[in-house]
Amino acid sequence: MSAAPSPDEGLTPAALAAKYGLAVSGARPSLGAYVKQLWGRRHFIIAFSQAKLTAQYSQAKLGQLWQVATPLLNAAVYYFIFGVILHASRGMSKDVYIPFLVTGVFVFTFTQSSVMSGVRAISGNLGLVRALHFPRAALPISFSLQQLQQLLFSLIVMFLVAIGFGNYPGMSWLLIIPILLLQLLFNTGLALIVARAGAKTPDLAQLMPFLLRTWMYASGVMFSISGMLKDRPEWAKLLLQINPAAVYMDLMRFALIDGYGAAQNLPPHVWGIALGWAVVFFVGGFVYFWKAEERYGRG
Amino acid sequence: MAEQTPERDLVRDRDPRPTVIADELHIVYRVNGARTGKGSATSALSRILRRGDERGVRKVHAVRGVSFVARRGEAIGLIGSNGSGKSTLLRAIAGLLPAESGKVYTDGQPSLLGVNAALMNDLTGERNVILGGLAMGMSREQVKERYQGIVDFSGINEKGDFITLPMRTYSSGMAARLRFSIAAAKDHDVLMIDEALATGDRKFQKRSEARIRELRKEAGTVFLVSHNNKSIRDTCDRVLWLERGELRMDGPTEEVLGEYEKFTGK
Repeated sequence: MSAAPSPDEGLTPAALAAKYGLAVSGARPSLGAYVKQLWGRRHFIIAFSQAKLTAQYSQAKLGQLWQVATPLLNAAVYYFIFGVILHASRGMSKDVYIPFLVTGVFVFTFTQSSVMSGVRAISGNLGLVRALHFPRAALPISFSLQQLQQLLFSLIVMFLVAIGFGNYPGMSWLLIIPILLLQLLFNTGLALIVARAGAKTPDLAQLMPFLLRTWMYASGVMFSISGMLKDRPEWAKLLLQINPAAVYMDLMRFALIDGYGAAQNLPPHVWGIALGWAVVFFVGGFVYFWKAEERYGRG
Repeated sequence: MAEQTPERDLVRDRDPRPTVIADELHIVYRVNGARTGKGSATSALSRILRRGDERGVRKVHAVRGVSFVARRGEAIGLIGSNGSGKSTLLRAIAGLLPAESGKVYTDGQPSLLGVNAALMNDLTGERNVILGGLAMGMSREQVKERYQGIVDFSGINEKGDFITLPMRTYSSGMAARLRFSIAAAKDHDVLMIDEALATGDRKFQKRSEARIRELRKEAGTVFLVSHNNKSIRDTCDRVLWLERGELRMDGPTEEVLGEYEKFTGK
């Protein structure tokens, strides 16, 4: 050690640090301080999510038009396969089935893409994590917000389809706002959880599409759970219906589609369940992510 | 040692307050799938099946037990051959790379000068200035305030309205200039500069060197990684010499550089 002035001679590094009030670099802040830091970075979080969204289609000739065209094409493909070829509508009239399918696809895609971008939120942005200081939760949160903005474009398509099949805007459409907020909380929580897992095991990004596809088929995106499981025991139907993806999907359909019966399609206490999933996942995911804050960025 | 204030006044020219303390710092990188030379699927599978403490992971011990104390007002150069752990050490001091063992204590938030990772090539220069500023932790007002300064400093608009074009359309020199301008727009407590920042044409190099000097004056402590012994001599009063992740020498610039030049055979 070079020329240390005499009063500090013989102090251990830790004692020296304590004497002058130095803090450990890269230590995890307390949960309260972490939330505060994150709030301080809110403009960055929003700007980053918007930048990602714009960058997505910036090389395409049609540009931002793809934001609307992509979900529309998706819906058309699913309709062709499940509506026309497989007849998954099971007794639902066309006027109900098409908006039912489109709503399901868009709402599930919201969760699906939040999880997919969450898995890569840290492992795909190591450069950023190793170069700049910011609470790392900013990344998965920002990606979830990006997916929300993407969904808002899909909503335009969703409204057009709903109106096209005779469901006119009413008071029930206002329910979309709380539903989306709850789903956003749920998605963000889930994204935070998989972001931590994906930071430790990047292989999850390869595995995730299969898990998500299984989840999609089990959640009744293309078919009505109560229609499909008519002859099965009640508990099996209930189990599928209270899974978070199905809850948010069915609530959205209930809000948008007139002929979508609430009685057989929604589980009891559906709003309570929707709120419960959102709070449990968001709070749990946030704390889980924060617990490893100081370890993100290790190769 | 309760009364420090009179003491501090006496030694104004050599302020004793430490800003960075590294205590037996070890940094280990873990590299997935690099254990054997073969990268085939079967060898990956056999790695997984063969149980060990950490399967298929190779460890690179980049920094081995480095300790030093940096004080306010010091400008410290980091030298050593390629791969000796200089950049890794800087990142660890900044708290960006978790330490395997040992600790780094800092006063305030050390920051690396650089913002490249936050910028997106598909966005316009304009939006990148804002995004980069926010990413470095500036407030929206600060970014707005400094926006014009950043654009003017970069000189991007000298040849027409380039700032409203996506960054991928820039020449590499232009992009480097804009990146430097964004990074240099913020003032720092403990500033760390990783070599070869002054890029671009001769005119811009002069301008950026001047800006680095300015930043240095504002910052409490400066770390500079460079392979250019001249710029180390110009800038630093103390030099740390790293070799294979170990601190080989720590002392006044001339002394260490003399030994280093003997070592490298200059």
